[in-house]
Amino acid sequence: MTAKRTILALTLVGAVGGMTLPAKAEEQVTPPRLKWSFSGPFGKYDPAQLQRGFKIYREVCSLCHSMQMVAFRNLAEPGGPGFTEAQAAAVAADAKIKDLDDKGQPIERPGRLADYFPSPFPNDLAAAAVHGVAPPDMSTLAKARTFQRGFPWFVFDVFTQYQEQGPDYIAAYLTGFKDPPAGFALPETGHYNVYFPGHNTAMPPPLQDGQVTYDDGTPTTVAQYSKDVAAFLMWAAEPHLVQRKRIGFQVTIFLIVLAGLMYFTKKKVWHGVEEPSEIAHGQDPKKTTI
Amino acid sequence: MSGHSTYQPQSKFLQWFEKRLPVGGLIHSSFIAYPTPRNLNYLWTFGGILAFMLGVQIITGVVLAMHYTPHVDMAFRSVEGIMRDVNFGWLLRYLHANGASMFFLAVYIHMFRGIYYGSYKEPREVLWILGVIIYLLMMATGFMGYVLVWGQMSFWAATVITNLFSAIPGVGDAIVTWLWGGFAVGNPTLNRFYSLHYLLPFVIAGVVVLHIWALHVAGQNNPTGIEPKSEKDTVAFTPYATVKDGFFMAVFCILYAWFVFYIPNFLGHADNYIPANPAVTPSEIVPEWYYLPFYAILRSIPNKLMGVIALFSSILVLAFIPWLDTSRVRSARYRPLFKQFFWLWVIACIGLGWLGSKQPEGIYVILSRVFTVYYFAFFLIIMPLLGIFEKTKPLPNSISESVLGAKA
Repeated sequence: MTAKRTILALTLVGAVGGMTLPAKAEEQVTPPRLKWSFSGPFGKYDPAQLQRGFKIYREVCSLCHSMQMVAFRNLAEPGGPGFTEAQAAAVAADAKIKDLDDKGQPIERPGRLADYFPSPFPNDLAAAAVHGVAPPDMSTLAKARTFQRGFPWFVFDVFTQYQEQGPDYIAAYLTGFKDPPAGFALPETGHYNVYFPGHNTAMPPPLQDGQVTYDDGTPTTVAQYSKDVAAFLMWAAEPHLVQRKRIGFQVTIFLIVLAGLMYFTKKKVWHGVEEPSEIAHGQDPKKTTI
Repeated sequence: MSGHSTYQPQSKFLQWFEKRLPVGGLIHSSFIAYPTPRNLNYLWTFGGILAFMLGVQIITGVVLAMHYTPHVDMAFRSVEGIMRDVNFGWLLRYLHANGASMFFLAVYIHMFRGIYYGSYKEPREVLWILGVIIYLLMMATGFMGYVLVWGQMSFWAATVITNLFSAIPGVGDAIVTWLWGGFAVGNPTLNRFYSLHYLLPFVIAGVVVLHIWALHVAGQNNPTGIEPKSEKDTVAFTPYATVKDGFFMAVFCILYAWFVFYIPNFLGHADNYIPANPAVTPSEIVPEWYYLPFYAILRSIPNKLMGVIALFSSILVLAFIPWLDTSRVRSARYRPLFKQFFWLWVIACIGLGWLGSKQPEGIYVILSRVFTVYYFAFFLIIMPLLGIFEKTKPLPNSISESVLGAKA
């Protein structure tokens, strides 16, 4: 099941005009497994990390990538980056939204909470004209990227609930820009990345140490930036994860109690039928349970 | 449903109603007084679990349909809208998507059980064939539902599967164009898949009614494969079967909840979170896990037409096993050789499932062919011959004897 999963990053390259041939899935370098606050049955997003990730998205990613399915109001919703509504409104007001005025003429107005994040390009063609390939929309990116787990790991993943392949891959990818090894034929428009399938990625290294300032004393390194922005992208792709896991725990407890009660009810109901078999096995019926 | 109902309503109103429409008697004879073999194991709870899953899929599906837009430019966005903006929309969608997997998991256990205990044999042939029809309808419904998401894997799965029909000589291409409603998978295709995805579950529900009807005429099979002979061999459906089904349904729901709440995307494909793009072919196109064995059979044969024939035959052959199996003994419990061949067949099915997820190259192709040959040989050669050559173990005289031991 997980085994059948492909590496998606290829699509990004292909989508854009086939600068490179997608590599075989097996050739992808496995990204290191990172610790995420939102992994496991009690996982929660770390609001401070999401706020840092949002800062990187806003100052770096959003210059080229769209995130059309996330609205400013989402920033202030529970289980997310934890901005106040006033803060989210201020962020929105900084954005310029294309709209029509009362007379039907196109205008640009300040954003409101209800607006979705504006895109840097009017369409994919315009984006491709600038970048060679259109940078993918980031709304579902963290769930659209993965890597082969292979047998037997994908079986273990059912029990360990390892679902963070997407953020692991994105964080690895963002730190994976290196000089190509000798003999690697890198096209002029490509960039070498250790973790990208086929290693030839269209995006230049987007982050440098110290590029984005942090107010909370968190180290301003590419490794830290990568982690923070990957966490933010996971939230953008799965904004109700915290609620999902919280309800999941309640439902699981309920079902275990229900199954337990049903088990004992079943035993009680069937006792009359099963008793003869206990007698047959030489037990005193008065000593049998229930 | 068999025989005259002994149902006697207590209240005046129910007596009045019963004379005009005896639905109370129907329910009473089918789900309360109905005699069920006393020795059924937990594998027999999957019929109830399947009915429950069909209900879950229809209810979540109807609500999802209220929020979904079947248009190529809006379908993906509307699914994300459900995930983000509809109250508990993420829960509905994950229940529905993982519900399909749980539905298929349960149906496979149900089918394996039927084959192991010979539940398809006389007098249950029609019951079994109705089950095969339900399974076919489930496959069609599940496939079309997967396409509705309109992600990359949706689009390309639709393209690959509809293209299978192009293998038909002469009229193949015309049929594919007709299926698509155009010259490629596009908006007309999505619209008709949506329409059929909404229709077919109700067809399934109708066939399920026939399936249960046929079950209640022939009576349930049981692990011994011998028919109940006296009242000592059976217990009333309520409370015995209902409480047992209820218990195992709760256990099954724990597994279901585990997937929905903790690993909701485990069984999905990451590519399906990329909007459909006809200009970009994914590096590999794989169906949902429950179709993988058939996908492996399809790809194990180099000729496209023969592959498609093998694919459809692998399902249709199931409808004929009541007559392919010549043994008079039903249950594998008393069939030592059949038991071994059965488990080899289960391994072949799981092996084909694994191979369906692999690129068709090298050793994988050879293994696929070996398993495919065994898959068909099990039905077409082993089943007919075993009935003649197998020395079966002695059957108990009655169900009670097998439960209580020979002494009782």
